[in-house]
Amino acid sequence: MREMSGRLIKNGRAEGEALVSKKPLSFLGGIDPKTGKVIDRESDLYGQSVAGKVLVFPYGKGSTVGSYIILWMKKEGVNPSAIINESSEPIVCVGAIISDIPMVDKIDLSLIENGDHVRVDGEKVIIG
Amino acid sequence: MIIPDGRELPKSDQMKLTKEEQSIYDGEQGEVLQKAMEILVALGKIYDAEELVPIRSVQIAGVSYKNLGEAGIEYLEWWVEHNANVQAFSTLNPAGIDLGRWKELGFKEDFSKNQHHIVDLYEKMGIVPTCTCTPYEIGNLPKFGDHLGWSESSAVSFANSYIGARTNREGGPSALAAALVGKTPCYGYHLDDVRKANAVFNVSADISSDADFGALGVLAGRETKKGVPYFKGLPAMRTFNFKQLGASMAASGSVALYHVHGQSPESRAGDMIAEDHEEFDIEGLDEAYEYLNTGGDDVDFVSMGCPHASMEEIMIIANMLKGRKVRSPLWITTSQATSCQATAYGYKDIIEGTGAKLISDTCMVVSPIEDFGYDTVATNSAKGCYYMQSWCNVRTRYGSMRQCIDAALTGRWQK
Repeated sequence: MREMSGRLIKNGRAEGEALVSKKPLSFLGGIDPKTGKVIDRESDLYGQSVAGKVLVFPYGKGSTVGSYIILWMKKEGVNPSAIINESSEPIVCVGAIISDIPMVDKIDLSLIENGDHVRVDGEKVIIG
Repeated sequence: MIIPDGRELPKSDQMKLTKEEQSIYDGEQGEVLQKAMEILVALGKIYDAEELVPIRSVQIAGVSYKNLGEAGIEYLEWWVEHNANVQAFSTLNPAGIDLGRWKELGFKEDFSKNQHHIVDLYEKMGIVPTCTCTPYEIGNLPKFGDHLGWSESSAVSFANSYIGARTNREGGPSALAAALVGKTPCYGYHLDDVRKANAVFNVSADISSDADFGALGVLAGRETKKGVPYFKGLPAMRTFNFKQLGASMAASGSVALYHVHGQSPESRAGDMIAEDHEEFDIEGLDEAYEYLNTGGDDVDFVSMGCPHASMEEIMIIANMLKGRKVRSPLWITTSQATSCQATAYGYKDIIEGTGAKLISDTCMVVSPIEDFGYDTVATNSAKGCYYMQSWCNVRTRYGSMRQCIDAALTGRWQK
């Protein structure tokens, strides 16, 4: 078990299997809000679903409408259970705030591997 | 404030709030302002903002029903039901349909009804329903140094780079929150140091067609990612070249500000290259053209006006089309205001006389284009290619205005 502490963006507790992208992620055009599947050809998560996962990626990119896509995913029940960024930007962080999805940044993402069991509790990230 | 599991929310002590702002944050001025302030303070805290700064104007994204969905409508309805009203001059991003001509153009009735409802909700909050991604063309024109709360990645890039105004890339909800409070947290591109370039691009590639700027943006956006690019070696640019370059980098990376040596205002006012920067050479654009051209040679549809076409672009297109007939449908998207101008000057009649359409309020990125069943769409927008390929599931052809017009006239893509 390994515990890390980051910067709190949206308070809350969640856990799940880590889905890790090494690349910036776009929500508008990057994820289908009805299924939670990544549809961005440039993403290393292409074709995978983020639903219920602890979604780990460096930071968001793409259209500023992305915040509403996160809210939409929440309504459809295909949102990630938590979001971990290296350094967050406004699109994803506001999306997490209005959708009530726990979120932390300033985490060394190289310490999290795909499939790890990850718990997010406030600003803490617990792996294993 | 206590959250459901009993712990306290982080306080806003890192940011100095005025008495007035603190009273809003504490809920003494009602739920609407409090909720808006909560978003602003959360952002300010995350980005170590020291204070809020008053803003001159706001551009609000999150309008198309395609992107908002039912969740977004519920979110907006909450604000309207609680009598939210903006305090800063605010304009609106494109909708998913031409609000006036949706029936004639084949948009579905259900979608259109929802779309009108969304625009009405924004209007009720005091936002001008401009429905354009180029607000600077039609009256939301800030000046050098103004602080703004803009969303719409291409407009943000234009305001920062071409005008030298100051805005971060707001999301739809944070722009709305900023509009309701009339302020935004002062961090990021509101600050002098952050506006300096950390990626310098020495461009020796041939930049001769209008499409080359969008293609260059694909390569530079990928390299720069979140930073600020500085271009050396570019030829004299037209206003719409800035628009295409910025829109492209906002889609391929998340570039919100760039400088062009000797041409953009901040690069002319002082040295905008940070001491700590990386250098890149761009010797050719083939890789970008390959990425943007996934489509076949038969073109089902041609889309221009992403970001929305300016009067200058509409004039150029009208002159190219004059007296001809299109074989593939051609849509040129712009704002209603610019379309009214184009009507007054006769360009709309010229364009529509060829069978092409001058469409208002929407664009290919936010309209439900996948409903029309196209395989290959041609466009002069690199940003459009990004969104159409993934979000709309169509293949694309990318090239200059001339190539797009030729594709519309012949139904074939010519290299």
